[in-house]
Amino acid sequence: MTVTQERVRRPQHVRTAGSRPDEDRRGALRRAVGRNLTAYGFLCGALICFALFSWYPMVREVILSFQENNFVDPGKWVGFDNFRTVIEDPAFRSAWLNTAIFSGLALVIGYAVPFVLAVVLNELKHAVGYLRFVVYLPVMLPPAVAVLLFKWFYDPGAGLFNQVLGSVGIPPLAWLDSTSTALVSLVLVSTWMNLGTGTLIYLAALQSIPGDLYESAELDGAGLFRRVLHVTIPQTKLILLVMLLLQVVATMQVFIEPYLLTGGGPENATVTVAYLMYQYAFNFGDFGGGSALGLMLMIVLLVFSTIYLRVSREAER
Amino acid sequence: MTTRRRGLSLLLVAGLGLVAASCGSGDDKPGAQGSGGADGKVTITVGCQPPKSNPKEREGWDADVAAFQKLHPNITVESKDAFPCINPDTFQAKLAGGTQEDVFYVYYTDVQKIIKARQAADISQYVGDVKAAKDLRPDVQGVFKDGDKTYGLPRNNYNMGLVYNRKLFTQAGLNPDAPPKTWAEVQEAAKKIAGLGAGYTGFGEYSAGNTGGWHFAASLYARGGSMVGDDGKTAAFNSPEGKAVLENLKKMRWDDNSMGSKQLLQWEDLMRMMGSGKLGMMIGAPDVVQSVNNDFQGKFEDYGVTAVPESEGKSSLSGGDGYMFNPKASPEKIKAGLLWLEFHELTPGQGQFNYARAKEQGRPVGLPIPDLYGDSAPGKEIVALRKQFATVPVDHFTPYVTAQSTITNKLEPPKAQELYAVLDVAMSAVLTRKDADIDKLLGDAESKANKILAKNT
Repeated sequence: MTVTQERVRRPQHVRTAGSRPDEDRRGALRRAVGRNLTAYGFLCGALICFALFSWYPMVREVILSFQENNFVDPGKWVGFDNFRTVIEDPAFRSAWLNTAIFSGLALVIGYAVPFVLAVVLNELKHAVGYLRFVVYLPVMLPPAVAVLLFKWFYDPGAGLFNQVLGSVGIPPLAWLDSTSTALVSLVLVSTWMNLGTGTLIYLAALQSIPGDLYESAELDGAGLFRRVLHVTIPQTKLILLVMLLLQVVATMQVFIEPYLLTGGGPENATVTVAYLMYQYAFNFGDFGGGSALGLMLMIVLLVFSTIYLRVSREAER
Repeated sequence: MTTRRRGLSLLLVAGLGLVAASCGSGDDKPGAQGSGGADGKVTITVGCQPPKSNPKEREGWDADVAAFQKLHPNITVESKDAFPCINPDTFQAKLAGGTQEDVFYVYYTDVQKIIKARQAADISQYVGDVKAAKDLRPDVQGVFKDGDKTYGLPRNNYNMGLVYNRKLFTQAGLNPDAPPKTWAEVQEAAKKIAGLGAGYTGFGEYSAGNTGGWHFAASLYARGGSMVGDDGKTAAFNSPEGKAVLENLKKMRWDDNSMGSKQLLQWEDLMRMMGSGKLGMMIGAPDVVQSVNNDFQGKFEDYGVTAVPESEGKSSLSGGDGYMFNPKASPEKIKAGLLWLEFHELTPGQGQFNYARAKEQGRPVGLPIPDLYGDSAPGKEIVALRKQFATVPVDHFTPYVTAQSTITNKLEPPKAQELYAVLDVAMSAVLTRKDADIDKLLGDAESKANKILAKNT
């Protein structure tokens, strides 16, 4: 018997003699609410938290983006002036371009590396637990600590990376101090910091693939590469897509790396949308401009989030 | 069991509701902020109490609060500690949430921005009662003015100089008692210090997080240049003086190789380098020595300060801090706050000028700042007290002090942070790119700055 058939045959509520349908419905509702009161309690808590810390700030951001507000007097409506101000800012174009490049590079580096690592870990027979811990370790470091650690790694003089390059006869790189390498350097930091989470998610997905598929492939003479190409990737397609979209949404909001490592330099090469937003709101005291930028970013992210929701629903099915 | 669970969930919801209600309960009406009641009592919140990590200064502050309250039994001072005293990230949020102190601390850089945004109270009608205010240097009091209106009082005032490591000067065969007076001498000294070995930097400079633009302005003023025209609506830094600032840095960075290879430095970076004893010179005021000593493991006796090279007869970028008033503070609070500021920040021998106590506590005395009064009577009194209770080698600051009589203090430009952000690009370019085109960089920066300044109404 299928689940659907079972549902169809389950006895429905039997109406008692003399009761009216609306009374029955109210009674059923009361009982249902009573049964789930604890759940509703917790739901209310979550709703209040979301309302306070997510939805209210979002609504406030939208309002602020159309206002000139000093937080003392009532806000003055200025139409699209804040948007005009930030769009005319020479750093605006650089910020979007840098954000797009950062997201693109993060997809190439930050998306592929955890997947490859997960595949390798999945294939290993020994020390898997230990290696999983090692891979996840950077996630446990506070982001500011991890970023500052890289500040030392990237030091053009005594930094670890240039020492390593020097030991194999490669001339030192300017890393953060060059417009051509600064953004890539930030991507490397970001990838290292978030590697563990991605790897574990991929690993979980890989482990859900039935072993007999690999056995069949092996019997057909498929090597590691062909097994990954014809079994692993098709079987984890949806997870890969979901992770890709999440990666885009996360990397487009990059802030802490440019804030702590480069201050947006050199020559605005690492100014991102989120960093520019911070500059407007907190350094220039222009919350209207900062909110306008935030709203633009939110709209872009909304597109990716909508696709993500559709894909994840597809995955659930 | 079920009843208990239901009860718990109801309690949870009620609790969260209370939290939500308390979050929005900031009553921001002036009368609701504990202003003077029928009994004439008034409570003021005051920012920048020294943090617990600085127990000696905190002890001094608390003793001052107790003494002040004894003098004025109707006033209660509620101190709010913070380190640093002002955080741009929380300033607006505190104002919006109604938690901004009645008497709040502010850097000079932000004063005009706050006045223009109407985020501070106009204290013009009350400031006349502060007797000490009439002796303040006009340029210092001018920082807190907009036209004929006054919005605050200063606590600290200084101008930029050249901070140098005397120990490194000696090691490099230079005379620490005769610091550089010209940029050519700075270049020579920087080369010798950088030549001490790997990791030594002759001259350090900022170029990120808006600090590069800030120091560009400092160097520009010292060469006689200006950031903006007289009307405040056009940029004036694309000038021979502005070009000289960048050319000098480019030469030291790329020809002399005396500025180290690590760039994009921000405030804390140079402090750390200075504290580690591997940095020879940097633009900075005497308060840099204080920070390096207190927070970055440096030692007072190792450092000296002189005027910015070639600035004598010209100007120096002034800096400092002070206090402003919450725009929602009642007149009673403003009056009480002014009494506190006069007591703690402006009276020789008291509060911040209680050098006898500072010496007793083993705190540094003898730095030539703050300079709030110039040559007026309270100014002379403070200088005398400083000399009497000095605990740091005051002669290390003599070149800076001697030059002051010929240097004019110059305020930061309008839209300071925005202009500094624009000039960060030029500063970072000359320090990270050997082929940086200075004329183009200044031209680009000028056109960006003009757009920003055009909106400066």
